[in-house]
Amino acid sequence: MDTRHRELEPGLFEAAEVDRDEGERIAGPRVGFWKDSWIRLKKNRGALISLAVVLFLFAMAFVIDPLLSPHSPYSQDLTRRYLGPTADYWFGTDEFGRDMWTRVWAGTRVSLYIGLLAALLDIFVGVVYGAISGFLGGRTDEVMQRGIEILNGIPYLIVAILAMIVFQPGIITISIALGLTGWTFMARIVRGRMLQLKNQEFALASRALGASGFRLVWKHLIPNSLGLIVINLMFTIPAAIFAEAFLSFIGLGIQVPEASLGSLISDGAGELRFHPYLLWFPSIIFCLLMICFNLLGDGLRDALDPKMRK
Amino acid sequence: MLVALFIIISVTFFISKLLPGTPFADDKLTPHIRQQLFEKYGLDEPVTVQYVKYMANVAQGDLGNSFYFESRPVTQMILQRLPVSMFIGIQAVVFGLVVGMVLGIVAALRHNTVWDTLAVVIAIIGVSVPTFVLGPLLQYWLGLKLGLFPIAFFESYKYSVLPSLALSVFVVSTVARFIRTEMLEVMGQDYVTLAKAKGLSGLAVILRHVLRNALIPLVTVMAPLTIYLITGSLVVEQIFAVPGIGEQFVQSVVVNDYSMILGTTVFFSVLFIFALLIQDILYGIIDPRIRIAGAKE
Repeated sequence: MDTRHRELEPGLFEAAEVDRDEGERIAGPRVGFWKDSWIRLKKNRGALISLAVVLFLFAMAFVIDPLLSPHSPYSQDLTRRYLGPTADYWFGTDEFGRDMWTRVWAGTRVSLYIGLLAALLDIFVGVVYGAISGFLGGRTDEVMQRGIEILNGIPYLIVAILAMIVFQPGIITISIALGLTGWTFMARIVRGRMLQLKNQEFALASRALGASGFRLVWKHLIPNSLGLIVINLMFTIPAAIFAEAFLSFIGLGIQVPEASLGSLISDGAGELRFHPYLLWFPSIIFCLLMICFNLLGDGLRDALDPKMRK
Repeated sequence: MLVALFIIISVTFFISKLLPGTPFADDKLTPHIRQQLFEKYGLDEPVTVQYVKYMANVAQGDLGNSFYFESRPVTQMILQRLPVSMFIGIQAVVFGLVVGMVLGIVAALRHNTVWDTLAVVIAIIGVSVPTFVLGPLLQYWLGLKLGLFPIAFFESYKYSVLPSLALSVFVVSTVARFIRTEMLEVMGQDYVTLAKAKGLSGLAVILRHVLRNALIPLVTVMAPLTIYLITGSLVVEQIFAVPGIGEQFVQSVVVNDYSMILGTTVFFSVLFIFALLIQDILYGIIDPRIRIAGAKE
């Protein structure tokens, strides 16, 4: 009770030391955009596991399997047809006695190559096309957008099928078909972003300081779109991988004796009744690949663009 | 839109003219007979004349005659195969919409619970596992092991179940994902709080306010879905030996039936552009804000 009415004497207080620079001190280490995103991504367990699995599949397909496997994906041995999974042939052998283990990894190589190619095309064609279209605007933009509209008018897989008929089916033709239309979505996204960014204050400031158009796009507008570009890449890759497998499945993609996950699945589906393992192994690897890329894409979207997170 | 269609048809036409060889590259044919065949199909005329004739015919809905099946009209062949493909496709979409919506709504209402996680997992798997893996899987489990449905051909309703199911999984997961995100977004809006505050029952709020607004963006899924159904039909009809357009298209590619390939491509493009058109119109009907914004321009 009394404490409330106690006299407050100066002797009770002590002068605090005032540091005038205190307000300027930054409490934590500086966290940039990418580091911040990485911290957010690390919290997403599904995305991290997916990243690990994708890296593991890369390692298996390109390094470990070619170095370790005693079998070739092409050598036939008709005395060893339809061996189920054994200690020697981990995924069994197919109707010509070829080792499924190496064939599945050869197919995975094709899928990953296609994924990489799609990513490169997206960056070098899609981003450049979109940046030019969006930045220049006006009539150039108009013409370039009509071009994309026409390319998009035919479903991508139909374009690919037409390309397969004109050229020889094979990995090069698939790459060409991908090159024709695979980058259009990225181009649209980047264009939209450019339109949005090019009139903002920082672009005006850069221009006022005498930056050339190229410098403005390269140093300011593209870095500001990078998050969006990365997110988009992660969705283009599985789509391209799917497209290749689809074409190979209907017999228009990778041709025998080369193996692709799509053609292996197609062969396996034919043997479903008596040798189901021929279907299971390529299917499992393929689904794993797709699920991981999709989860990683989701995770990256949440990490790079928290506004989109729901 | 018509311009895009015109260019697409032209490009596919000239691509088909670029193709190496002729449809009648059979050594057994004498030059005389080959000449007659060329005349019959109008292939002896200059390409420009062929082009003008072809475009005039396409405008009237005539896609030419099949090179392979004894000169049957392509249009007729497509129309003959269309009902089966459409039936399977529509059944897949209806099933996918219903199941996907239920899944999405449950996930959104039970946000951050086991149900939500389950729905998200189903959605991710559905998007990732392609039809050509799913098809054989369904054949194996539901068809062979359990013997519930026939695994191939198309003779009665029972035969349509597995192909539709294989097609619909992608629809289910796309729709579920979409509805979930949209509902979560809408449920945070002020007008939903208002609807609750003025005493509407939970069901009425969900049905009349949340769901209605969450459904608008679903229209954007339409065009990609059309593409998916087209390409999906190529695979599914192949796996289940369904006599639809997709199966016919793959066959015509295998036997190099150029006029059929060309005709089917044109048909698919028309379908796709039509879907885009309907999508634009639907936007205006569902969301008046877009109509007003459009009128201002």
